[in-house]
Amino acid sequence: MFRRPNLYTSYQAETQVLPTFTKKVIAIFAIVALFLMPFDVPIISGPTELPILRSIPLIGDGLPFFRFLGDAAWLRYMSDAMIVVVAALGLNILTGMAGQVSLGHAFFLGVGAYTGAFLGGHATDSVYGHGLPMWIWLPGAGVGAALVGIIVSPVAVRLRGLYLAIVTLGLVFLGIHMGNTDWGRKFAGDPSLGRSFPEMDLRVWKEETPLVSISEKGSWFGVEMSSNQKEFLFVAAVMLVFIFFAVNIKRTRTGRALQAIRDRDIAAEVMGVAEFKYKLVAFATSSFFAGVAGALYASHIGKMPAAQFNLILSIEFIAILLIGGAGTVAGTIMGSFFVILLPELVKDFSDWLSERAEGEGIVASVSEVILSGNQGDFGPISTATQTPNYPLNVFDLNLVLYGVLIIVFLIFEPLGLYGIWIKVRNYWKRWPFSY
Amino acid sequence: MSTLLEVENITLRFGGVTAINDVSFSVEDHELFAIIGPNGAGKTSIFNTISQVYRPQEGDIRFEGSSIMGTRPDHVAEMGIARTFQNIELFPQMTVIDNLLTGRHIRMKGSVFSGALWWGKAKREEMENRRKVEDIIDFLEIEQWRKYPVALLPYGIQKRVELGRALAMDPKILLLDEPVAGMNLEETEDMARFILDIKRELDIAMVMVEHDMGLVMDIADRVMVLDFGQRIALGTPDEVQKNPDVIAAYLGSEFA
Repeated sequence: MFRRPNLYTSYQAETQVLPTFTKKVIAIFAIVALFLMPFDVPIISGPTELPILRSIPLIGDGLPFFRFLGDAAWLRYMSDAMIVVVAALGLNILTGMAGQVSLGHAFFLGVGAYTGAFLGGHATDSVYGHGLPMWIWLPGAGVGAALVGIIVSPVAVRLRGLYLAIVTLGLVFLGIHMGNTDWGRKFAGDPSLGRSFPEMDLRVWKEETPLVSISEKGSWFGVEMSSNQKEFLFVAAVMLVFIFFAVNIKRTRTGRALQAIRDRDIAAEVMGVAEFKYKLVAFATSSFFAGVAGALYASHIGKMPAAQFNLILSIEFIAILLIGGAGTVAGTIMGSFFVILLPELVKDFSDWLSERAEGEGIVASVSEVILSGNQGDFGPISTATQTPNYPLNVFDLNLVLYGVLIIVFLIFEPLGLYGIWIKVRNYWKRWPFSY
Repeated sequence: MSTLLEVENITLRFGGVTAINDVSFSVEDHELFAIIGPNGAGKTSIFNTISQVYRPQEGDIRFEGSSIMGTRPDHVAEMGIARTFQNIELFPQMTVIDNLLTGRHIRMKGSVFSGALWWGKAKREEMENRRKVEDIIDFLEIEQWRKYPVALLPYGIQKRVELGRALAMDPKILLLDEPVAGMNLEETEDMARFILDIKRELDIAMVMVEHDMGLVMDIADRVMVLDFGQRIALGTPDEVQKNPDVIAAYLGSEFA
């Protein structure tokens, strides 16, 4: 701790992902917190027994934003978000780093999901499936998507900007259509119900009892765990691996080549960066991330129709990049959690408010003002699920917030959450001096 | 002295406009060769044909004896032809170090796989090339700007970084497109010093397009003058200054 903070004595020390002591501590803390999250940790996961904490008005009953620790529904949202991180990191390579705006990311997720299902799923009369173990279907899904990415990229590398966006947009519709054909149904199952996807279980080959079961509850190292908790841990591990990949790609030769193409494509070529090749690499790598994420997502959801891999999903990924900060790995991670968890937070918050409103004191009064539970109330948030035009119900509020946030970020903070973080950090670095 | 770069009777047309008309010249080893001429004479177009961004319709360009006609720009770079641009073409969102490391791209081999794993050769290669980049940073005296994104740097420093990026490619010949355009006297003299240092210490042949006549006449070994895409003179600075065609092109025929 008591060293000169920015003195580096080797290039290796300087090019580390986490070059400072503080960053290392924060990263270790974050990873430990991540892996503790599925378990019941006292203090933050519910009404606490500790008398000191009980006396604090809000924390005593468990903070709403931390109550999800150990909560099954919240664990699933968190797992969703972590899978989305993997996919968004893929889009970050293509759109954030190489500057190729793609609206077809959902298509590549879909290709990954159905490649995974083809390899690892169980065959029935109506769908294909080879029942292969996860160490084949999960990477296989990525490779399958990457191959499709390579096939479409020669068309795409000739285009840029808006034109590329439109071409990749076409892929999404093509994908949904293919899932609807007789041939496609062999992979995707029934268009309205979907098919079942392979389960996250570690097997050596096709044996009956898996080596390590993730999809069934059971005990790991003497700790009794639900399938949600196990899936959470597995997905967290996969996410960390892909974050490692993404960070390394960004700081090595390939990453610089992609960023060079984004910034000045002709200059990059004159500097010796083969533009065609590296755009192809960007497509393939991005699709690989998307494929793995797609297969995990499908497995996590369990059953979903092909039409789920639609334009809305693609746009959600673009929103993640814009809100998080395009081109940065940290921003992409922040954006993913933000976009995926925000609707759930809003819902949780209004639930928590309505609970509070029934009590007494300041908190209850404030809650009364915000909420409109009964007829004649004028609070902006309604607790009723079915409401007429006014006030908003929780679902409407989510949509409104989502749209407003994208606009606000585009106008006020083009670097996204990452930009905000940098500003806050630099402010405190110089505090109390403002220059 | 052997010939490094030979440009033989190249003609470049854009539709009805002939940008370069039957121009020939050759650059020897260790030479500092300057190309001058009024605006629109085709100086930058000559650079663009050498780096194969433009494909001339006629003629031949040979580098170290073999023709580079029809080669992709990135392969031309790999052969050892590096260049800077008239309007700075750095990668603005990347730091100075990353810009220079991008110059090292052609001298590195790491793939996306070894890079993603940060393992073995890819990691070693990063460190080795970082060392080379640091040598260039030291050479061009831009230590203090190392970690800044290029977009934030002042113009003169950006020009210097661009020169550094070209040097990072380990070139055999360096094409400098207006290295001191828009610079004040002090910055111009700094740049002249770097160009002479490159010539003496690194022993790299250079072709320079420049409007600053004082600089050209002071440091160039030979000068070629272009006007309307045609070569009107070629020789030592003294010879060129006395050439009546050159005086006519610059000052008008009544002074010739």
